[in-house]
Order: sequence, then structure tokens, then C-alpha cells
Amino acid sequence: MKRTPLYAAHQRLGGKLIEFGGWEMPVQYTSITDEHLSVRKAAGLFDISHMGEVRLDGPGAEAFLNRTLTNDVRKLSVGQGQYTLMCNERGGVVDDLYAYRLATEEYLLIINASRIAADVAWLEQQRAAFDRRGEVKLDDVSEAMGAVAVQGPRVVEFIDQCFSGHATAGTLVARVTELKKNQVARFSLAGQPLWVSRTGYTGEDGFEVIAPGERIEAVWDRLLGAGRPCGLKPAGLGARDTLRTEACYPLYGHELDENTTPIEAGVGFFVALDKGEFVGRAVLAEQKANGPAKKLVAFKMTDRSAPPRPQYAIWSTGPGATRIGEVVSGTQSPSLGIGIGMGYVPAGLAKAGTPVEIEIRGKRAPATLVPKPFYRKPD
Amino acid sequence: MANVPSDLRYAKSHEWVRVAGDVATVGITDHAQHELTDVVFVELPEVGRQIKAGDACAVVESVKTANDIYSPVSGEVTEVNAAAVADPALVNSEPYTGGWFYKLKLANPAELTALLSPEQYLAQISGG
Repeated sequence: MKRTPLYAAHQRLGGKLIEFGGWEMPVQYTSITDEHLSVRKAAGLFDISHMGEVRLDGPGAEAFLNRTLTNDVRKLSVGQGQYTLMCNERGGVVDDLYAYRLATEEYLLIINASRIAADVAWLEQQRAAFDRRGEVKLDDVSEAMGAVAVQGPRVVEFIDQCFSGHATAGTLVARVTELKKNQVARFSLAGQPLWVSRTGYTGEDGFEVIAPGERIEAVWDRLLGAGRPCGLKPAGLGARDTLRTEACYPLYGHELDENTTPIEAGVGFFVALDKGEFVGRAVLAEQKANGPAKKLVAFKMTDRSAPPRPQYAIWSTGPGATRIGEVVSGTQSPSLGIGIGMGYVPAGLAKAGTPVEIEIRGKRAPATLVPKPFYRKPD
Repeated sequence: MANVPSDLRYAKSHEWVRVAGDVATVGITDHAQHELTDVVFVELPEVGRQIKAGDACAVVESVKTANDIYSPVSGEVTEVNAAAVADPALVNSEPYTGGWFYKLKLANPAELTALLSPEQYLAQISGG
């Protein structure tokens, strides 16, 4: 199994280490529920060093990315990022990711740990077919970089003291907390540069920090030291999953895969059909115009039950009840205290308010389709 | 280091048994609850059910997995722990006290000798 540069830190903190996509990562330190609620009420610190980072640079990078990704990269000013997807010719998702414009001709893609090899191969393949490929430099820096996510309403109370001075690249703000959502800037810690973005995967305010692997432990320790008095706790992959499920964020391999389109997954907002040609455009345009055949729905269990889990069947109710789909993500919601999940059903059966049943270990338990997200942070 | 009380008997599958007269109380060990992580749901056998040693008689679900519980002993279920059903976190916080699962009237007390002693169970979970 691979280990991130924070492995020793996880051991010191008593992290329960499990295998995750070939990585030895902490699923929790104290309890998933406790860590989840810490993020919602105060702050949590996650090791996300297993994720991938790819640099795309050069005068052809913008055009190349706009042909390869679904969102419009021309909307990014220097120091901005956007959620986006990479699709194959069938409109199926190769990966979902964040794209940041670090400088005029310098882009950074943050990709899923489980898709690093697939994404780099796909990008190389697309670049080989790109007519301006000589103007595009591609560099997979995943092994060299580490990253952490610090998330929760109290992060703003301590993050500024962690990274001294003003931004030296990206969005040129005086301090970290002046970054707006999706903005990214370069700051420093002990004289060493790192990138900080106001992004996250939890549904709370927060930041993600990317630094060379050999510097990430110093970043982790600095954040933990500054944040502890505000209630900051280390949080593992278990809480990362329950938090993103409550926020209805997709996870590759669950809501998204090579046979599922962004339209079916409900993230068509991040597909810019009007920007020009990109891989998968024809299929996605047809689905946006006519509606997809299947749709991602969110459901909430009606009564206390065993948690809904991926691959459990979704049934319609009443006489003639039939199996209509499958759960792709599910859990006991720590914030709501009830089972929640997402799954795919035929588009005609996807209306919020529709009663359904989830088959949990041989028994069908009542649930209702609800609008996304399950949890929204209070204003 | 997991807690392994000295007054209990243990199954290889991480259940514990406390005996008082001919009544056995069954639960899962501290080691088991630690491996499971947060328990969110507990399904217990019905009172009156006749269980044989080795039967899958309960289910404990954590955030990450669902696990069958195998009865270490045979007998008739006399009582189940409604508190653990209402608050599954008790299984994590009090695996040997508040988080017990069910009690049964022992049908065959000789079965207890086939279970592990605290020393044997400790050796098992320590990888010995």
C-alpha cells in the first residue's frame, strides 16, 4: 500500500489506518460521527495527499483544456478555480476534478486518487491528438505534491496566522481569509511557497492547501497547532464520506463513472455546451435538450433503519411495486440522525416527494425522494 | 490496547459471554467495536427465540460495514437490550456493560468450555 507524507502524523494521532484505493489512509481518529460533527460545528483537518495533481502549461493549455473538460476554462481569471468534468466520446465521466488557473498560461488540475493513472493516460491521449500539442506541456506532479483540507465554520479564526504575509501569486489578497470561494493564491510557510484555495468537499466553508510532499507535514502541524484552541480535530476518510454525502457531492466510482454522464448525475451546470467543441459534447447536448434516461436522486429513510448502502435496490411503492434502481451512496447521516443516500432511477420516477423503498438486507424499508442537498450550511 | 475483562469467556468471532447461574449475557468485545468504528444500527433476536451455538442471531452495522453476530452459546433468548437499539453508540462506548446485546437461558452450559479464556482471546487479538 502507498503512504502519504502524513503517515507518521496519522500514527502519532492514533488514526485507524485502512486500505483505500491502494493507499493506507486513516478512516477515523476518534469516531466518524465525532469528526463529522466537529467539521460542521468547528473545524476538521483532512489528509488529501493521495489525490492527484497535474500541471498543464503553455499558450495552448487553455484551448486544450477547453476541448478536454466540460466547463469553460476561459471563465477563469488568474487565481480562480472551477469544478469540472472530463468525459469520453459517449459523454461518460472519466473523472470529476477542479481546474485552477495559477497564472496566464499555467493550470493545475486536482484529480481523484483512484483515477490518477486513467486521467493522465487520457490527457496524454487527448494531447497527442490536439493540433497545438507543441504548445501544451503536461506534467503529472501527483507523487511530488501533498495536500490537506481544513474545513468548518471556525477555520477563518485561525488560518490567517498559519501562512504569513500576503499572496505572491494567484488572487493577490492580503491574507488567506480574503480569498473568495473558488479562488486560489500562493502563500508561504517558513519561507516555502504553497497554494491555498477556498474550496472543499464537505459543504462547509474551508480551504485546501497544496505543497510539496516534504513540506506538507509542516503545514499539517501548523494548522493543527493553530486550530486546536478553536476545536480543530483531525478527520479521516469516514467523515469525509459522510460529509460529502450530506452535501450531495458526487464521488467517482459511485455517482460518476465512465458509463454515466454529468447530465444524469445532475451536474449539468458544469457542462458549458456553448463554449465550442469538447469531447462528449454531442451526447451531452442531446441529453440536456431531451433529458437523460436515468437521473440521480437523493432519498431519506422514513424510520430508524440499518443504513442504506451502495448497491442496495430502490423499489417503487404500492401495488405493482417494482425494482426501479440502485443506491450508489448511502450512510447514516450524523447531522440528520437518519439514513440518507443517492441512487439512479428512471428520469420519469425522479420527482422529489415520491415515496420509495430501499431493500436493506432482504427487507424493504420506506424512504422518500428529497431535493438535494440533505444539508446546507446555515447562513 | 483492547480491554479484555477477566470474568468473561470469548468466541473467536469476537463475542463475549458473561454467566450468572444459567443465564448468559452476550455482547461484542472492545476489540470488535474498535474495528467496526461507529455503530449506527443494531438488530437483536426476538425474545423467545431458540438459538444454537454458531447461529447468526444479531446484526451490528457501523458506518462502514454490516456484521453478523454469531451466538457463542445455545439457549432461549430471555431479554434483549432495547437501550442499544435506541442508542447504538453504546456498543462502542460500553461494549461490556451498557452495550450488551441479549440474554439467554443456557441450554448446554458445557459449551462454555469450548470458548476462549481471556488469555486465549487476548493472544488471538494480539496476533499471538
